[in-house]
Amino acid sequence: MLNRQGRPTGTGEGASAEGFTTFTGHKGLDLNEPLIFEIGRGDRTGVDVPDAPKVASRLGGLEREAPIGLPGLSEPEAVRHYTRLSRKNYAIDMGLFPLGSCTMKHNPRLNEKMARLAGFSDIHPLQPQDTVQGALELIDTVAHWLMELTGMPAVAMSPKAGAHGELCGLLAIRAALEARGDAREVVLVPESAHGTNPATAAFCGYRVEEIPATENGRVDFEALKKRLGPDVAAIMLTNPNTCGLFEPDIIKIAEAVHAVGAFFYCDGANFNAIVGKVRPGDLGVDAMHINLHKTFSTPHGGGGPGSGPVVFSEALAPFAPLPYVKKTEERFELVEHLEEGDQSFGRMVAFHGQMGMFVRAASYMLSHGADGLRQAAEDAVLNANYIMAKLQDVMTPAFEGPCMHEALFDDRFLKDTGVTTLDFAKAMIDEGYHPMTMYFPLVVHGAMLIEPTETESRASLDEFIGALRSLAEAAKNGEKERFTAAPHFAPVKRLDETRAARQPVLSYKNTAEPGSVTTPVAAE
Amino acid sequence: MRYLPHMDADRQSMLADIGVEHIDELFRDVPAAALLKEPITSLPNHATELEVERMLSRMAGRNTPASAVPFFIGCGAYKHHVPASVDHLIQRGEFLTSYTPYQPEIAQGTLQYLFEFQTQVARLTGMEVANASMYDGSTATTEAIFMARRITRRKKALISAGVHPHYVDVAKALAKVSGDELVIGTPELAKGKPGGDYEALLGQIDKTTSCVVVQNPNLFGYVADLTELAEACHANGALLVVVVTEVVSLGLMKSPGEMGADIVVGEGQSIGNGLNYGGPYLGLFACREKFVRQMPGRLCGETVDADGRRGYVLTLSTREQHIRREKATSNICTNSGLCALAFTIHLSLLGEAGLRQLAQFNHARAVQAAERLAKVPGVEVLNDAFFNEFTIRLSKPSRDVVRELGNRDILAGVALSRLYPTETALHDGVVLAVTEIVTESDIEALAKGLEEVLSC
Repeated sequence: MLNRQGRPTGTGEGASAEGFTTFTGHKGLDLNEPLIFEIGRGDRTGVDVPDAPKVASRLGGLEREAPIGLPGLSEPEAVRHYTRLSRKNYAIDMGLFPLGSCTMKHNPRLNEKMARLAGFSDIHPLQPQDTVQGALELIDTVAHWLMELTGMPAVAMSPKAGAHGELCGLLAIRAALEARGDAREVVLVPESAHGTNPATAAFCGYRVEEIPATENGRVDFEALKKRLGPDVAAIMLTNPNTCGLFEPDIIKIAEAVHAVGAFFYCDGANFNAIVGKVRPGDLGVDAMHINLHKTFSTPHGGGGPGSGPVVFSEALAPFAPLPYVKKTEERFELVEHLEEGDQSFGRMVAFHGQMGMFVRAASYMLSHGADGLRQAAEDAVLNANYIMAKLQDVMTPAFEGPCMHEALFDDRFLKDTGVTTLDFAKAMIDEGYHPMTMYFPLVVHGAMLIEPTETESRASLDEFIGALRSLAEAAKNGEKERFTAAPHFAPVKRLDETRAARQPVLSYKNTAEPGSVTTPVAAE
Repeated sequence: MRYLPHMDADRQSMLADIGVEHIDELFRDVPAAALLKEPITSLPNHATELEVERMLSRMAGRNTPASAVPFFIGCGAYKHHVPASVDHLIQRGEFLTSYTPYQPEIAQGTLQYLFEFQTQVARLTGMEVANASMYDGSTATTEAIFMARRITRRKKALISAGVHPHYVDVAKALAKVSGDELVIGTPELAKGKPGGDYEALLGQIDKTTSCVVVQNPNLFGYVADLTELAEACHANGALLVVVVTEVVSLGLMKSPGEMGADIVVGEGQSIGNGLNYGGPYLGLFACREKFVRQMPGRLCGETVDADGRRGYVLTLSTREQHIRREKATSNICTNSGLCALAFTIHLSLLGEAGLRQLAQFNHARAVQAAERLAKVPGVEVLNDAFFNEFTIRLSKPSRDVVRELGNRDILAGVALSRLYPTETALHDGVVLAVTEIVTESDIEALAKGLEEVLSC
C-alpha cells in the first residue's frame, strides 16, 4: 500500500513509513518493552530492607532452599518499565470510551485523594471498633445514599463486584424461599441478559430458562406471564435493559412475579441512566446490585477492583448477609456474627467489603449531590440519544424510539460491504477510540452498543460522531482493507487468539532469548 | 457541577437536534407514577471539592491509622511498608481508568503486567499457572473447593481448623447452594501448634474426599510441613488446597508447591496493597497446569500479532461466564486488576533478594517479639514454629485486654473472641502479627502495656 506521496503505509516491525528500521525497534514514542524477567535480576532490588536482627530461626525447618525465580528492578528501572507499559493502554483519561453496558465515565481525582487519607486507607479490618468509628460512619453514609436513591429499605455492602452482588441477591432469595419451606427450581432470565445472570443462577443451583424478547427489544410480557408458576424462584432482569431501553411493563412484570410468590432481582448495571429519576423500589424490585465502579465512578482499574452493594426490599432484608453496620444513639456498631433469631444467609467475603471503593463513591455522591446525580443521569441519556440521532442515517439503530444511556446499533448498514462488526470496531482504534461493546446483547445481529456517558462534552461527541460517520461511509465505499486489517496504528496488530487458546503460554519460561517469542514448554 | 461539561444552552440545542423539547420525553417509557419530578429531597445537593474534603477528612480523622501507633494486627490482612513508587505508578490514568483488556491491541500494558503477575504468583507458590487474580483470599478459597469438586467429581471437602474463620464462613454460605459437603475442624489452642490438626485430617481422608484445605501459616501463625498431608491426599485421589494469607512468608518458606499442593490460593494484599479496612484486596489463585481448564477467573496468555510480534491476550475464556453463561466454571467477571498491578510492581521492586530479606526481617522481628512477650507474667506464647504471626494465651479474657491496650493507643493483635464468638475455649487467645513496621520500642511498649493490664 502506498500513500498519496507514493510512500509505503505498512508498519512492519521497527520499520517506518520512511523505509528504514530503527536500531532499538522503537518508533519514536511507540516504545517496545521487554518482560521484567528479561530486564530484571534476582540479586537486584529497588527496596532497601534493613538487615534482619540475629535470632535463632523458629520456622520449624521449613526454610526455602531452591531459588524462586523473581527478577528485581531498581526504582528507576521499575518506574520506566511500568510507565512504558501504561502507554500501551487506552483509557478514559485519553478519550471517549464508548463501551456500552460498562459505563466508562470520568473518574474524579478527588475520590482518589480521599481514598488515600490515612484514616481510611491505613486502618485494619479487625481493629477495635472504638478506633474505626469514622470508617463505620462512612459505610453508613454510603448505605444511606444507596437506600435513598433506590427507595429500598436495606443494603448489603460487602459484595465485591456486580456478579458477586448477583450472587448475594440470589442467595438471599433462596434463603427467603427456604425459610417459608418453598423450594423452587427455576430462575427466568431474558435472552438479552448479561452472561453473569445465568452463570450466577446456575451457581446457586437453579435451572435457567430464557424469556424471549419482543421485536422492539423488550421482555415479552405475555411469554413471561405464561411461564410464571410455582416453580419459579425469581426473574433476573436488567433495567434499563441491555438494549439500552427502559422496560415499560416493569411494574406489571413485578406484580406478575410477586403474584406467583417469586422474587424480582434487578441487575443494576444500568442504574446510572436513572439515578435521581426513578427509584427501583417504586418499580417493585426485591433486590438489585449497584456497580459502584459504573454508576458512582470508582475507577475500573483495568478490570477491577469493583464493588457491588445490593439493596433489598422488606421481604428480603432479613436474609441479607453479614456483616452490617448498626447505628445506635452514641456509636456505630459493626455486626459480624449472627445474633439470636437472625435469618441472614451468612458471609460473602472476609472482612467488610470494598472500603476503598466506598470512600470513592461517597466522594462522588457528596460532590454531585441529589441534584447533580439526577443531572448526570439526564446528561447520560441526552448524550446517547444525541449519538443515536446523529448516526441513524448512516448506521442502523436496532430499535426505534429514544434510548436510555446507550445507543444500540446492528450490522445491517454493513451488509454486502465485507466488513463485520469486529472489523468496524477495530477500525475505531485507528481513529483514536476504544471500540464500543460488540456482539452484545445477543438478541441483536452484530450488535454495537455505544455508551458515551455524561462526562463527554458536545465537542467530544461531535468528533466521535464524525469519526463513525466517516467509517460507515468508508465501509460502504468498499474500503474493505482499512477495516479487515485494522487496527493499523495500535502498538500491535490483531492478535492471534486461537493460537493463545490452543497452545496456552500462561507464564514466562526462561527458555527463549530475550525479546523473542517463547514457545510453550513443559512446566519446570 | 464540575464533572458535567454541558451548559444549559448545550442541552437545549442537543434536545432540538434529537427532536424533543424536554429531557423527560426521552424517559417516556418510564411509567408516569414512577418518574420523579424533582431531585430526591432527603439527600443534600452538590458540594465543592473543599466541602467534600472537609466532610470526609472529619470521618477519616475519627479512625486510628496503623502507622500512628504500635501495631500488631494481622489475621488475614497485614501492614507492610509499600514503596512510594507503587502508588504513584498505579495512579497513572492509563492504568487507573482503563477497562478489562478485551481489546488487546490497545491494552497491551494491562495484559503484559498481568502476564508478569501470573508468572510471579506461579513461581512464588510453586505452581505452574496462576490466574489474573480474584476478588480476595476468601472467595478464591471457595472457588478452589468448587474446582476440586469438578476435577475429582467428589463433594466432600475437609477444612482444617487453622483456616481463617471468615474464609470458612464464605465457603459455608456458598456450599449451602452448591451441594458441597464441608467437614470443618474445630480449632484448639494446643501448646506448640495452635490450630494444627493435621493428624486428625490424615485420619479423615478417604476415597470420597475431594480436597483437604489447609492454611499455612495458619490463622494462629502456626507453620507446618504439608508433605505428608499431600501424599495422603494423592494416595486417595484427593487434592491438597493450600491457603496463604501472608504472601511475604513465601519469601522465606518452602512453597506449597514444593510440599505437594495441587491448588494454592491466597490473599495478596500484603504485597503492594494497603489495609484499606478490608478491601479492595487481591485474591491469588494458582494450580498445576493439568487443571487449568477447570480454573475460575481471567487468564492472560502469550501469542503473536499479525506481524508475528509477541503480544498478550485474555485466553481460555470458554471457561467464563460471558461465553459459557450458565455452564461457566464460575460467575466471576471482575478481578482485582489494579491491586494485582500494585502487587506486581512491589514484587518487581523487591525482587528475589529483597523479598527474602523482607521475609527474613519479618521473621526475626517476630521472634524478638515472641521472646520478649514470653517473659511477661500472664502471657504464654503457644507457637513453636511460626513466620511473622503467633498466638499468645493470656491470664485474662483477651477481648478486655485488647480493648484496654487500644485505649492506651496500642493495637495489640486480634482477640480470638472477635473471630470465634462461640468458641469460648479460645477466648483467652490473641493472635499477633509482627512485620517490618514494628520497632523494638513498639515491642517494648506492648510488653509493658500487657504487664500493666494483666497485673491490675
